[in-house]
Amino acid sequence: MRNLTGINDLVVRFANVNGTGSASANNMFAMSIFRMGIPMTAKNIFPSNIQGLPTWYEVRVSEKGYLGRREGVDVLVCVNPQSMKQDIASVKSGGYFVYDNTKNLHKDFIRDDINYIGIPMIGICMRLYQDPRQRQLFKNMIYVGALAALLDIELEVVKGIIADEFAKKPKLIEPNVQAMMEGVKYVQDNYSYPLHVRVERRDLVGDSIVIDGNTACGLGAVYAGATVAGWYPITPSTSLVEAFAKYANKYRLDPETGLKKVAIVQAEDELAAFGMVLGASWNGARAFTATSGPGVSLMNEFLGLAYFAEIPAVLVDVQRGGPSTGMPTRTQQSDLLLAAYASHGDTKHVLLLPSTPTECFNLMADAFDLAERLQTPVIVMTDLDLGMNDHLTAPLKWDDSRRYDRGKVYTAQDLDDLTAVGKQFGRYLDVDGDGIPYRTIPATHPTKGSFFTRGTSHDEYARYTEDGVKNAEVLNRLLKKWDTAKEITPKPEFYQTENKSNVGVIFFGTTTYAALEAMDLLREEEGITLDAMRATAFPFHSSVEEFIAAHDQVFVIEQNRDAQFRTLLINELEVNPKKLIKILNYDGMPITAEAIRRQIAGVLATV
Amino acid sequence: MPKNTIGYAKADYEGVISTLCAGCGHDSISGAIVQACYEMAIEPHRVAKLSGIGCSSKTPNYFLNNSHGFNSVHGRMPSVATGANMANRDLIYLGVSGDGDTASIGMGQFVHAIRRNLNMLYIVMNNGCYGLTKGQDSATADQGSVSKSGSVNPFEGIDLPGMALELGATFVARSFSGDKTQLVPLIKAALSHKGFALIDVMSPCVTFNNNAGSTKSYDYVRDHIEALAEIGFVPEKEEITVSYETGTTVDVELHDGSVVHLQKLADGWDPRDRQAAMRRLQAAKTEGEILTGLLYIDPNSKDLHEVIKSDSRPLNSLKEEDLCPGSAILDLINEDFR
Ligand SMILES: Cc1ncc(C[n+]2csc(CCOP(=O)(O)OP(=O)(O)O)c2C)c(N)n1
Ligand code: SF4
Ligand SMILES: [Mg+2]
Repeated sequence: MRNLTGINDLVVRFANVNGTGSASANNMFAMSIFRMGIPMTAKNIFPSNIQGLPTWYEVRVSEKGYLGRREGVDVLVCVNPQSMKQDIASVKSGGYFVYDNTKNLHKDFIRDDINYIGIPMIGICMRLYQDPRQRQLFKNMIYVGALAALLDIELEVVKGIIADEFAKKPKLIEPNVQAMMEGVKYVQDNYSYPLHVRVERRDLVGDSIVIDGNTACGLGAVYAGATVAGWYPITPSTSLVEAFAKYANKYRLDPETGLKKVAIVQAEDELAAFGMVLGASWNGARAFTATSGPGVSLMNEFLGLAYFAEIPAVLVDVQRGGPSTGMPTRTQQSDLLLAAYASHGDTKHVLLLPSTPTECFNLMADAFDLAERLQTPVIVMTDLDLGMNDHLTAPLKWDDSRRYDRGKVYTAQDLDDLTAVGKQFGRYLDVDGDGIPYRTIPATHPTKGSFFTRGTSHDEYARYTEDGVKNAEVLNRLLKKWDTAKEITPKPEFYQTENKSNVGVIFFGTTTYAALEAMDLLREEEGITLDAMRATAFPFHSSVEEFIAAHDQVFVIEQNRDAQFRTLLINELEVNPKKLIKILNYDGMPITAEAIRRQIAGVLATV
Repeated sequence: MPKNTIGYAKADYEGVISTLCAGCGHDSISGAIVQACYEMAIEPHRVAKLSGIGCSSKTPNYFLNNSHGFNSVHGRMPSVATGANMANRDLIYLGVSGDGDTASIGMGQFVHAIRRNLNMLYIVMNNGCYGLTKGQDSATADQGSVSKSGSVNPFEGIDLPGMALELGATFVARSFSGDKTQLVPLIKAALSHKGFALIDVMSPCVTFNNNAGSTKSYDYVRDHIEALAEIGFVPEKEEITVSYETGTTVDVELHDGSVVHLQKLADGWDPRDRQAAMRRLQAAKTEGEILTGLLYIDPNSKDLHEVIKSDSRPLNSLKEEDLCPGSAILDLINEDFR
């Protein structure tokens, strides 16, 4: 049999049972790789269930720094008999199947093209521990130890991670290290180790961190000065608000009074969550909410109000698999059209499209500036993969001299100055010609600056009007504001200083990892060099139009069925649809480089 | 023109001219709001007025022109008021809604604003119908009530004060748009209350629900009204000068030092007893009476800010220095993720 070989280029998949404490053990494994200086990426593949169903955790180790998901499992660690059959089938030929051999494997489970490595995890636990809960938890540490020996992970690194993990309960450090060492010892006594696929220390991660996008977004909101959050629990966005609460409660606490400079309200539903955001923003606070597709569906009416009454709002949509309740624990980029044009009538919204946790942090902070500058909702579009999985990413940075851009807000003095020159405050007057009017915050001035915010048609002074011409004027001004948004939202990223090909590729968000790797594969293995662009915002900056115009054909890579991003390009830029070729993935798993390469190479071969 | 203690005339509390039907109960309630704010010498710009959608929800345009107003979407005023209140705890929040806006599409938000004891006055202009969409029965229409089109409402009506009591509301009152002497002091007391104050105001719709057979018409309400007690409102630090026979008055001191003064309590009514209030409401319903007045008050109520322990300053006044933990802390946070 051929054995897989290779250093720092493998996928290890753990097959666990949900709710058995495996998450922290698996995370220790992933962090060991990171602390050995090797790039890695980790994905949770979990059920919509609290306890009992199969769950997987996949770690890709990549010396080349590829952080997307890769197809094919080199080493499978099986701790869940329920899914054993499919797990065995998932191992690459020549790969390794690590399992609990306390009981013998049934002969149906034997493949002759993979290696079986039995570790009597339950056996060792039964021998060493009395308490069933301990048996469960230490079993996890035993496989971590076995893997460390098999893959040549430095034991000192694993021990360091255990010590950090239990820093608050130091009594637990020693027993966990011991359990881990039982796994190591068993491998040492029974197998030739390490395997041919293994890891080796490198210095490739620099000052990077390993963090999930939800935590980064939550931190971004804290740094951006958000003081009000209304929210309703939904996978995969819940941990975003929890992270915001955790850091805000910690860093905005007055230890003397016990009072916090934040108000977080768990709402009765997403309509209310967004209503709270609007009320708070209207009243001059920075406010946000986070949800997923079903929540955005419910927020539609309010999004239209915010657009038309010009109220700042920040919303994060951590997208999951749709339609409907869909695949709550799988990833997709399938809310783009919903978010871009949410609500009835002519409405459209600014979208920001982060692709890494670092960018989540930065764009979250920018979202508040943009929402207040533009006086409109800004929707940060992440997804389950970005939000809930750990990613290797640049450290978060904050410039202490940065001031919040609160946008065009008149103070009491401004209002008096207006009167002094014989002018009157008009909430919806386009004073500066950029489509963005001036607003006032309630209670600014005893007798000036009050107005009536409404979703009904209104004139420049916020007065109700049924004059259709007036209403059209407002709609046209909102378009002017939309043009301003194109210039002040983040610019796209181009991966070449000048175009080299007549074929271009456009992608965004978490598709970026796999897309960039696919560009390398196409170049290295097929001799095809393509120009690439990563979108970071909607509406589109003029350079997006230019990029498309400069190429005969443009592949648009995205993770949904209907090529929604492509639709946005066609709709907003009036691009000839024939020019834009869809590259799609919508199975709920993060798209892979191989899938992109296959599809692009296939299309190019037929021309 | 007479002025109040802070130098404002009554006209300073008015709004634009109403476009509601002549004789609409809602306009009388707007008048009572103007009167109460004027008498209380509230600075108009310290009030934020909010509403949903409906004839009733249009009224914030017709009072307090110097206040910021927010006419939100149908049934969703409570969440907007919640957010606004979270942003600035120092303003006075006055929400206006209709029975359709509150008891149907907005029931969820209404219930949760009560549950959180949001510090606001919530007025329901209750006409038992959907005025703005031309008179359909609302969920507060009484069973058996006949609409203008002649149809009889077959469903049980929702009693908002009864429900609010059940939910733990800390100020519950009912009144009638035609009874300013009762409504004005109730509004004043509600504005002084720290927490959620509900006033359910019977407010006949002259166009669609003022016919014989309707239980929300002027005639029917006048004939069946039963006031619990006469109510007086004594602002902070003013002495109660009139004296009444002992045993016939109850004074309830509010958190800001003002006093709600109830007199002629025929049966020793005490508005601090939630269970008694619920029993009284049930009994009145059985007898076909419309019970009005201050049904319940908890003078020690704790509002949402106190519960979630948010800063004593308005959150919307906080700046970078208060809110941003800075780069040094971010470096430490980064360290946690290595
Ligand atoms: C989402 C939505 N559905 C329906 C309507 C139509 N609508 C406007 S007002 C109203 C009912 C208002 O009734 P109520 O709150 O009792 O106010 P009133 O006019 O009786 O004062 C309805 C159904 C709407 N504006 N929005
Ligand atoms: S329709 Fe009824 S509720 Fe509406 S304004 Fe006319 S009288 Fe008032
Ligand atoms: Mg009504």
